[in-house]
Amino acid sequence: MKRFVFRNRWLPYALVAPQVAVTLAFFFWPAFDSLRLSLYRASPFGDRLIWAGFANFERLFRDPAYLRSALTSFVFSFVVTFAGLALALLLASFANAKIRGLAVYRSLLLWPYGIAPAIAGIIWLFIFHPSYGILPWVLSFVTAYQFNWFLKGWVAMTLIVMAAIWKQFGYNLAFYLAGLQAIEASVLEAASVDGAGPIRRFFAVTFPLLSPVTFFLFTLNMTFSFFDTFGLIHSVTQGGPGDATSILVYRAWKDGFEGLQLGFSAAQSVVLMALVILLTAFQFRFAEKRVTY
Amino acid sequence: MARTLAPPTALAIGAPSRVKARDWSGIVAHAILLAAVAVLAFPLYYAFVISTQTLSQVTSLPPRPWPSTALFSNYAEAWQRAHMGRLLLNSAIVALGVAFGKIAISLLSAFAIVYFNFRGKQVVFWMIFVTLMLPVPVRIVSTYQVISVLGWVNTYWGLTVPLMASATGTFLFRQFYQTMPDSLAEAAQLDGAHPMRFLWSILLPLSKANMAALFVILFVYGWNDYLWPLMITNTPEMRTAVIGIESLVPRTSQLPEWNVAMAAAMMVLLPPVGVIVVMQRWFVKGLIETEK
Repeated sequence: MKRFVFRNRWLPYALVAPQVAVTLAFFFWPAFDSLRLSLYRASPFGDRLIWAGFANFERLFRDPAYLRSALTSFVFSFVVTFAGLALALLLASFANAKIRGLAVYRSLLLWPYGIAPAIAGIIWLFIFHPSYGILPWVLSFVTAYQFNWFLKGWVAMTLIVMAAIWKQFGYNLAFYLAGLQAIEASVLEAASVDGAGPIRRFFAVTFPLLSPVTFFLFTLNMTFSFFDTFGLIHSVTQGGPGDATSILVYRAWKDGFEGLQLGFSAAQSVVLMALVILLTAFQFRFAEKRVTY
Repeated sequence: MARTLAPPTALAIGAPSRVKARDWSGIVAHAILLAAVAVLAFPLYYAFVISTQTLSQVTSLPPRPWPSTALFSNYAEAWQRAHMGRLLLNSAIVALGVAFGKIAISLLSAFAIVYFNFRGKQVVFWMIFVTLMLPVPVRIVSTYQVISVLGWVNTYWGLTVPLMASATGTFLFRQFYQTMPDSLAEAAQLDGAHPMRFLWSILLPLSKANMAALFVILFVYGWNDYLWPLMITNTPEMRTAVIGIESLVPRTSQLPEWNVAMAAAMMVLLPPVGVIVVMQRWFVKGLIETEK
């Protein structure tokens, strides 16, 4: 721990001032304003705010559309996170060997992280395009089913899931590979000598030793799929067809900016804040107790 | 989290003795990795191919998975129609502004927190710390109102400054400064150097790797952010590239000029992908360290 400090009366304040200013202006003020607004509703002419108590929250939790949106969000995030991580871990386990050119592979895997979700969405939108896309065309040889995401909610969902996983998959794989390579062969050999087969070795030794990597990737993928996919939804499906892909962040934006229901949208923001705080708290607890470093 | 990736040398110990089995696993590994690389690259390759084709090639089945001759005309068309020059300029201003602005802000505040004692230090520290819990999307409407009170709607200030306000950078630098030996600062003080002189001439040169790591992450974040510029801008001249090219994406009733849309998409994705490829080493470092 550091003990040396400079002596200066005003300099430290000047140094933290910019950070404190942006934090107050763009975190505390909006957060408290969200809390405040969530307790009001706009008057019919939109010119003033009327006290509403917890009415916005009551409305929120009784609104079937909102509950559907919450379910959509969770399904989307869990599928993107779990499918993405499981597949990456599976491939990494089979590809875990001492080979040349790992650095080259890493470069070839990491670049999709740089693609904006919205741009990834546009590319996948064309791949899924009912008339010109390569995927429905290939599938048309297998089945007569119409894979039209304009009409079918689950196809639209698959489209955004694919776009999201595509963007994340490369670095999930790269990180798992690096994690596996860091496990010493002697540990696995010891388990092998004790009579553990490859599957048992994986679950008893490899997987627990990988928990920091899994934990890191889990947090990264959850926050990505929950919050950063707004652009993907907005540029591709606009929440549709119907509300099949209307995730929570998209809804909060839509109700606030297009529907101009400030109080209702603020209540949604408050719920989202609670979710983030829960996730962060979970992260700290879990990070301290269960994860092997 | 920095400990999750051990240096590759760690795996040099205890190589398996059965040489034949290892050769086989090497081939499997190459096959899997090559397949993964190819599958990941395909959508990008396909988007590029489409961006080189003519309208009739794009809309005819079966799809043609190889490049054609319309590359220049498509890119020129996309450039002109979306006012791509302006969009890319805006994105560059936002991405660089956010990256440099946040690096500067967090470097200074971390310096104050580690190298000074001052009244209210704990309050400041916790104030910065809790911001980790509030990403932009959860404060949608209210943050917009703050911006409109400040008169920053549709300005570069409004596009960049709110994205600089987060704790990740401060924590990164704080952690790094704490690993610096006290003797460095003591020596500087004995020489009569002002604290700012110490920061500028000694601490900053040592922080280069951390700055580069943060730069990659922030550049990509600033370039690709969608929700914030969508809310805060209301004229085409202030749009950033990821939003601005939406008008080129053909909707149901429009001429299906996907070749032009893909040309635009290629131009927008190139800068952040390029930064990652060129600065790969720092990208991995940044990814690990900014995620706490």
